[in-house]
Formats: sequence, C-alpha cells, structure tokens
Amino acid sequence: MTLAVEFDHVSRHFGAVRAVDDVSLAVEEGCFFAMLGPSGSGKTTCLRLISGFERPTAGHVRIFGQNSETIPPNRRPVNTVFQDYALFPHLSVRENVAYGPKMAGVDRRRREAAAEEMLALVKLEGYGDRKPAALSGGQRQRVALARALVNRPRVLLLDEPLGALDLKLREAMQEELKTLQQSLGITFVFVTHDQGEALSMADRVAVFNHGRIVQHGTPQEVYERPRTRFVADFVGSANVLSPELSARAGGPGRWASLRAESIRLVAPPSGRLSGTVRTVRYLGAGHRVSVSIGGDDLVVILPAATAPPPATGTEVGLDWAAEALHEMEPDA
Amino acid sequence: MSRAAHRAPGGLAGRLSDLFWRRPGLFLLLLLALPLTWLGLVYIGSLLALLLQSFFSIDEFSGLINYDFTLKTYAELLRPANFDIILRTVLMAAAVTVAAAIVAFPIAYYAARYARGRMKALFYLAVMLPLWSSYLVKVYAWKLILAKEGILNWAVEGIGASAVLNAVLAIPVIGGNSLSVSYIGTFLVFLYVWLPFMILPLQASLERVPANLLEASDDLGAGSGQTFRHVILPLAMPGLIAGSIFTFSLTLGDYIIPQIVGSSRRFIGQAVYQHQGTAGNIPLAAAFAVVPILIMGLYLWAAKRKGAFDAL
Ligand SMILES: Nc1ncnc2c1ncn2[C@@H]1O[C@H](COP(=O)(O)OP(=O)(O)O)[C@@H](O)[C@H]1O
Ligand SMILES: [Mg+2]
Repeated sequence: MTLAVEFDHVSRHFGAVRAVDDVSLAVEEGCFFAMLGPSGSGKTTCLRLISGFERPTAGHVRIFGQNSETIPPNRRPVNTVFQDYALFPHLSVRENVAYGPKMAGVDRRRREAAAEEMLALVKLEGYGDRKPAALSGGQRQRVALARALVNRPRVLLLDEPLGALDLKLREAMQEELKTLQQSLGITFVFVTHDQGEALSMADRVAVFNHGRIVQHGTPQEVYERPRTRFVADFVGSANVLSPELSARAGGPGRWASLRAESIRLVAPPSGRLSGTVRTVRYLGAGHRVSVSIGGDDLVVILPAATAPPPATGTEVGLDWAAEALHEMEPDA
Repeated sequence: MSRAAHRAPGGLAGRLSDLFWRRPGLFLLLLLALPLTWLGLVYIGSLLALLLQSFFSIDEFSGLINYDFTLKTYAELLRPANFDIILRTVLMAAAVTVAAAIVAFPIAYYAARYARGRMKALFYLAVMLPLWSSYLVKVYAWKLILAKEGILNWAVEGIGASAVLNAVLAIPVIGGNSLSVSYIGTFLVFLYVWLPFMILPLQASLERVPANLLEASDDLGAGSGQTFRHVILPLAMPGLIAGSIFTFSLTLGDYIIPQIVGSSRRFIGQAVYQHQGTAGNIPLAAAFAVVPILIMGLYLWAAKRKGAFDAL
C-alpha cells in the first residue's frame, strides 16, 4: 500500500510554543484520515505542514514518498478546503472553481466545463454566476470543496470544514463527504474537534493533544480502548475510574475507562459498585443518570426501552460485563 | 404601593432622547442639517455657478462678460495654445498617478501585511510627517534640492554619475537646463507631495485582503505573479482608484508647483489662475476649471465599467 502522507518525527515550534512536537504518522492512499483534538492541539499546523504553508523545524514530511521540504505549496499534489472557505469574493462561483485550472493554463472553455461538472458534483448546478457573498454557509462550503476537487488532488486537506454549519446540515454534509471520498478514491485528511464527526467518517483517527499524537487507530479502537485518560475523556466522554475505584470494582487497580452505555443498573446489594442517584436527565434517546460513589461520579446511559429511570436519591447497584472495564496508561 | 413599570424620563435630555426614539427621522434630519446645507448650498451651489459661468463669453473688444448662453468659450479650449495646456496637464497627472501607484504599492503592501506594532506606528508617522509641514516650504525645498547648485546635483557628481544626469536632462521636452526647470523636476515634486494620498487608501484596502485568500491562491497552484494579478490587484483596486483620484485630481488642479519648479509652460491650474485674475476672463477660467471635473467623471465611469468597484 502506498503512503500518501508520512510524518517522520516532525516538529514545528513557534519560539517556545510547540505547535507540533515530534509527530510521526502515516496516511495510506485512499484513506479517510481524521485528526481529532481540542483547539490549539496542533491539527491546523499539521495540515499546513502537508500543504506547505509551514515548514518543519525538525523531521521530514513526505508526500507519496517524496521529501517535500523544498517544494512550494503551489506545486504539491495537494489541495485544501480552508476552515473559513477562503473563497475569492471578487470572483463568481464558477470563476472560483475554475481558478486552479486557470492557473494551470487550461483554456477558458475547458476550465469552465470542468467547473460546471464539479458544481454538479456538489449539487450546485445553476449557481455559477453568483458571487460567494450571495450563498449560504453550506453552499460556500460546497464551492470550496468543488474548487479544491477540480484540480484532481491526490490528497485533499479539510480544516474543520463543517464547523460553521448548523447541526442538521453538518450531518448531511458528513454523509456526502464520506460518499464523495469513497467514490473519488482520493485521500482525505480531515481536521476536526468533534469526536462524533471523526468517529463516524474516518477510517483512521489520530487524537492530538498539546502538539502530540496521543492515540492513533481505527475509530473503534480509539473509542473502545482509549489509551489514556485524555482520550477516554475527549473521545466520547467515557467514565474514568481512578486506580482505587477500579480496584474496589474488582478491576486491575490502575486507571481504567468504562463507557456510560455499558453500565446496567441493578438492585443495591448486587452489582460491582453501589451508589446514590444524583441527577437524572432526559436525552430523548434515553436517560443520563449520574451516580455518586463516595467522592466519584459515574455516568450511566439508560436506553429509553428499559424500565423508568430511578428517582434522585435512590440507592442503586452498578454492573457491567468484565471486558467493558478497560485499563489505561497514565497520561504522559 | 405599586411601582411604576417604567422609569420617568430624566430631565430635558431624557425627554429629547425619548422624542428621538419615537421619531428616528427627526433625529436623522437634525444630524444631517448642517452638512446637507453646506453640501447643498455652498458646495454644489458654487459648482453650479462655476458651470454657469463657463457658458458665458467675453466680449473681445470691451472685455466685458456677455451673459448670453454660448458654447464659444468651450470651443476656445480647443485652440492649440489652450489645448496644449490641457494635454500637458493630463499627461503629467497620468504620469504622476502611475508613478505614485508603483512607488506606493510595495510600501502599502509591507505596511498592511508585515508591519506590526511599533513598525506600523513608524509607517504612519513616516507617511504623514510630510503632510504636517507647509506645502510651500516643501516645494521650495525641492527647488533647492533640484537646482543646478543643489544637493542632488552635488551628490550625483560625487558618485561620478553626472553623465547619466546630463543624458537624462538632454532628453527633449522633459529635460532641461537643470532638474528644477524641467518637466522631470515638476513630476518629481508632484510625486513627492501627493504620494501619501496614494499610500494611505491603498494600504487600507490591502489591509482588508484576508491572508488566507493568498494562501488559497497559492494552494490552487498560482505562482506569486499570478496571485498578485488575480487576487491582490483586483481586491486592492478600490484603494488604488481612491488613491489615483487624489493624485490625479490634485495634479490636475495644482497651480503652484509648476510655477515654482518646472519649465514655465503652463498647466490648467495656472491658466485658471491667470484667466480669472490678470486676464479677467472668468468664462474661460470656468471652462478650464470644468475640464478636470469632466476628466475625473470619465475616469470614474470607465473604472466602474471595468469592474474596479466590484470588490467593494
Ligand atoms: N504562526 C504561528 N505563530 C505562533 N504560534 C502559532 C502559530 N500558528 C499556530 N500557533 C500556535 O500553535 C498551537 C497549535 O495551533 P493550531 O495548529 O492552529 O491548533 P488547532 O488547529 O489544533 O486548533 C497553538 O497554541 C497556536 O497558538
Ligand atoms: Mg485549527
């Protein structure tokens, strides 16, 4: 399998700020790769290292096996969908999309045909003559996508492309992007701080914190077997059990994670732990019950189909399948 | 006791503010009364009066103004002696504008894109500083600089480049005995005096070009020349037009600089000055004064047709 992008111990420091700190990663060709992390964790800087707007202070970035240090952004086989789209305000939608081919010297007729074809692909036929200012956020996002894709990049970089859209539109676009990626077979490197987005779209997820990759794997691996407390907390807000609590529950006596939806409520004396119900919140698809055990709070998600949730203040027992408790490394 | 739901208006100011809130139109009217009067009466009024004058003519024998409507005065402008003045002025204004744009662009670009904090303050200071001193003093200073015995000549001789300067001065029409009595000299002084009026609007418009557009262009395969031509220049166009309106119209109307530095051949401003003064030919002076207005109107119309304001 060819590697589309490869980071070999790459660092990018801005003075004392280690925006990217000794990151190594490999993105296989045709893969949908998500970079997930909180704001300021170095995701954008990683993308900019691939597109060429930043250069590593240490290490190497290889694109299709080639060292990229000396190659300027305009000659990399990579295009970007910018965080705020960066559409040219003085050009029409069609001219925006045709910009790349125009720079490459494609004649007017052919580049406008290519632009129309791309606009059709992102379902914006008939919008070619408008200015970007006359489009909604979702439409601008599609234009940005078409403008990048028309150049047939080998790698498409997307920097929080759905961040500015409302929930409904965001979910629709997630599906469309995924379908598009599969049908075009282009490598996508997708930056997001939304774990749901990363998990549902990506083939591979790299979780970033403080400029480093904390965990890297398939969405299932990252979700079900978080490597550290940070990942457990950030990716899907699993319960984190301290070594003491984990020991009391018959666990390994180390830091451990326990998914809220894998806990069952049972009658008090039975179960691995027992505690008092502190709050109950209605979620639509179920209830979120917070149970206080000594000083710790554990969150339990009860599906709507089960019996009515317990009242606040009731004593409850908590039980789960042995393999649901997942042991973690201490945070670095 | 029940408390009032609303607080009572506080004094006259409060009542006035209530009134304005109920009738926003009244407030707007009061706000604009003074500037509108000024614009309407004094400004537009005097312009119209000027326009009116240009349709009168002067009786050649008595030297009195003939108040019958005529286009004779305008026809007078086309006489070679007068037309030369117009042509000379327009060419000078165009040359000054183009040169100002070329000199101002890198400065404005640097200030907009790179200068931060202290450097930015320094930039504003450097651009504005010349505006704080008297225009006349600056022009006379330039006369001294450009004179045959001036510092420029001395410096050029010092580096042994006299031959170059002499070759430049030997160019017909724009050359002359020394820089201070040539068109080149006039041009240099115009360029110096109006440059801030090009830099500032240009810098303001470049400031508003988001950096990520330049990156997007780069990302889409454009070289730096292409990015300049297809992104920076169109987006800076409103600033460039604004700046050129200043440099162009200020040069068109100026009558002092060509009088102090230059080859004593007249510009529109000088013609206006002489016709309304010593010659007492107000209609011709008015017709001359209409020329820059007409040219600027045409210029703006052409710029709009070319889409120069699309980025606004
Ligand atoms: N050009 C820069 N100069 C200085 N610091 C920067 C620069 N770019 C990014 N940083 C810093 O690097 C860190 C990572 O930034 P970024 O890659 O944008 O994070 P993310 O995209 O994950 O939010 C942040 O602390 C940010 O302030
Ligand atoms: Mg970012």
